[in-house]
Amino acid sequence: MKQLVIISGKGGTGKTTIAGSFSYLARDATVADCDVEAPNLHMLMETEDILREDFIGARVAEIDSKKCTRCGLCQEACRFDAIQDFNVNGLACEGCGTCSAVCPEGAVTMKDELTGWNYVSLGEGGRVFSHARLEIGAEGSGKLVTRVRKKALEYDRKDELVIIDGSPGIGCAVIASITGCDAALLVTEPTCSGLEDLKRALSVCDHFGIRAFVCINKYDLNEGMAEEIQNYCLQKGYKMAGRVPYDEKVLEALKAKKPVVLYSGSPAAGAIRKMYKMITGLLEEDGHVNSDS
Amino acid sequence: MKICITSSGKEMGSAVDLRFGRCKYFCIYDTESRETKVLENAGAYSQGGAGIAAAQQVVDEGVEVLITGNLGPNAMRVLKAAGVKAYRTEETDVARAVMMYEAGQLQPIESPVSAHHGMQNKRGDK
Amino acid sequence: MLISVLSGKGGTGKTTVAVNLAVLLKNACYVDCDVEEPNGHIFLNPVYSKSERVEVMVPAIVKEKCSGCGECVRFCYFNALALVKGKVLLFPEVCHGCGGCIHVCTQNAVTEDKKDIGRIDTGVGGGLECIRGVLEIGEPVGVPIIKKMKAGLREDRTNILDCPPGSSCTVVGAIQGSSYAVLVTEPTNFGLHDLEIAVRLVKKLGIPAGVVINRSGEGDERIEEYCNTEGIPVLGRIPFARGIAEVYSEGGLLAEDARYSKYFEEIAHRLEEVLSREAACYYKR
Repeated sequence: MKQLVIISGKGGTGKTTIAGSFSYLARDATVADCDVEAPNLHMLMETEDILREDFIGARVAEIDSKKCTRCGLCQEACRFDAIQDFNVNGLACEGCGTCSAVCPEGAVTMKDELTGWNYVSLGEGGRVFSHARLEIGAEGSGKLVTRVRKKALEYDRKDELVIIDGSPGIGCAVIASITGCDAALLVTEPTCSGLEDLKRALSVCDHFGIRAFVCINKYDLNEGMAEEIQNYCLQKGYKMAGRVPYDEKVLEALKAKKPVVLYSGSPAAGAIRKMYKMITGLLEEDGHVNSDS
Repeated sequence: MKICITSSGKEMGSAVDLRFGRCKYFCIYDTESRETKVLENAGAYSQGGAGIAAAQQVVDEGVEVLITGNLGPNAMRVLKAAGVKAYRTEETDVARAVMMYEAGQLQPIESPVSAHHGMQNKRGDK
Repeated sequence: MLISVLSGKGGTGKTTVAVNLAVLLKNACYVDCDVEEPNGHIFLNPVYSKSERVEVMVPAIVKEKCSGCGECVRFCYFNALALVKGKVLLFPEVCHGCGGCIHVCTQNAVTEDKKDIGRIDTGVGGGLECIRGVLEIGEPVGVPIIKKMKAGLREDRTNILDCPPGSSCTVVGAIQGSSYAVLVTEPTNFGLHDLEIAVRLVKKLGIPAGVVINRSGEGDERIEEYCNTEGIPVLGRIPFARGIAEVYSEGGLLAEDARYSKYFEEIAHRLEEVLSREAACYYKR
């Protein structure tokens, strides 16, 4: 079993386009969309839900107005400014329970909070697709990501490859997406922001000991910058997975809700296929090394 | 002596869960009474700090030997402080892991993997 | 005044809109709240004159006083404490700094220490004040940085908040208290889908909003139709042009590029219009 996560420090670099294509190419792989705040991968896959679960990802304080004497102790103790005028602001509450601990009247209780939904769907040939949706503004996105990955492994049938579409950034959702993965593919673009964010995403991979590959998407939009990114990777010892050219077919595929690798003659599709072969090849090699040792 | 094995099921024939903090069950095998007790890992669904909560649970059960796949640094700190010895196993089932331990075939876990290796995440994951 | 620039989806041009608006609007201050990946400085090139650390509180156990009762360990929702052989072990990186352990301790054995999670840089660039928050690698939660940054803003300025992508609590932390939200999207399926998420978010928080369509062209109608049904104005459009992508990739300011400045001037103008209308509504209430 290998887990490959596709991430990008910066959003909109084409992470899901590549994840969608990889998913198409690895027909037997289980797929997990861990971008729970703005999931998109389902749009590129025809699937049928077989499981829908409520996700209790947090708890929130509740004040019983009948018991409350308005002493204000809870308000004073709350570090998150979540209690105002003896009402709890659910969006600010972190669920720590301090208010409940300090209330002399037992008027504050902690209630479980629904923070999202997770789904397992089956696609073509019975391939497993695990995904989720975080309630707007909710806490616990990292925890929901963990649930999505857990469900993916639970329903996985082939025990070969799990492809994970990660979330942007470097915070807890990303940490939850990449931990325990065998490799991370970082998708970037040839812009100053692209490089800057790539550096931060790479250091997260290093921090958690994940092997990182770099892909420069739309590299020909600024070849000088692409070169700079490539040099940076070379210098720091990160392996380049490939360069994908700018290609109008990508947008066309997106509009048709299809993975771009379906378009023959598309230069981007060719590059993505090549990259896929290289990465899965390397992951397989790893597997042999492990089983020998 | 009590041996704890992280497990994906409730039987001695269940596969060892190689994650520690977010493993499903703890199988606790008593070498004297030859009895097994199965506990759900309270840390599995915790709001972060899963390794710490799981280690606390194992320590509270009076376990002396832990068999698992990988340990994060936080869990390791708790186990070390409590004097619990941890051993690493490859994919196998619970009963065989115990046999291998008794035959002296398992290596002690000396250094932790990076935190979150078993895919738990850090804080209350916001 | 706070104006949030956000998008459910990343990479739609949020930072592009935010920095260029900040340059065009009068008396503006650019605030980069995308603490996980702050990027605005690439375009504004500020010289940071001040850097301030952001700290959160974590508990410290006074060993002499601790009775090893485990009350604090059982209380901690985040598992930041453990009890082994009558001693409390502390895991600051898991701690949320709620301070609850101090309250539940029966021996007064819990005090607090500070923990560094990132920094706030302040400086001047592109002719305006620029502030950015930077989260340390490996630290999962940037909300305290955002809160601190917002607390230090001047009310008499038009503060443009460049928000993080997504819809989680970090974004809520950034946009809360805003007078207006500018939602940046693109005319694709992904763009529309994520715009819907952003709209739900601002509606939940009761913040009035307008939309900017980036990479505008084919597919705009669907976004416009959606905005119509939601009663949200389209503030402007930025066309899909290779030249724009090039200026962006070099870290240039489009508002200062003769070819493209008009698009941003239009957005700024429309924004000022809707803001004065919102303000009028506000005073009527």
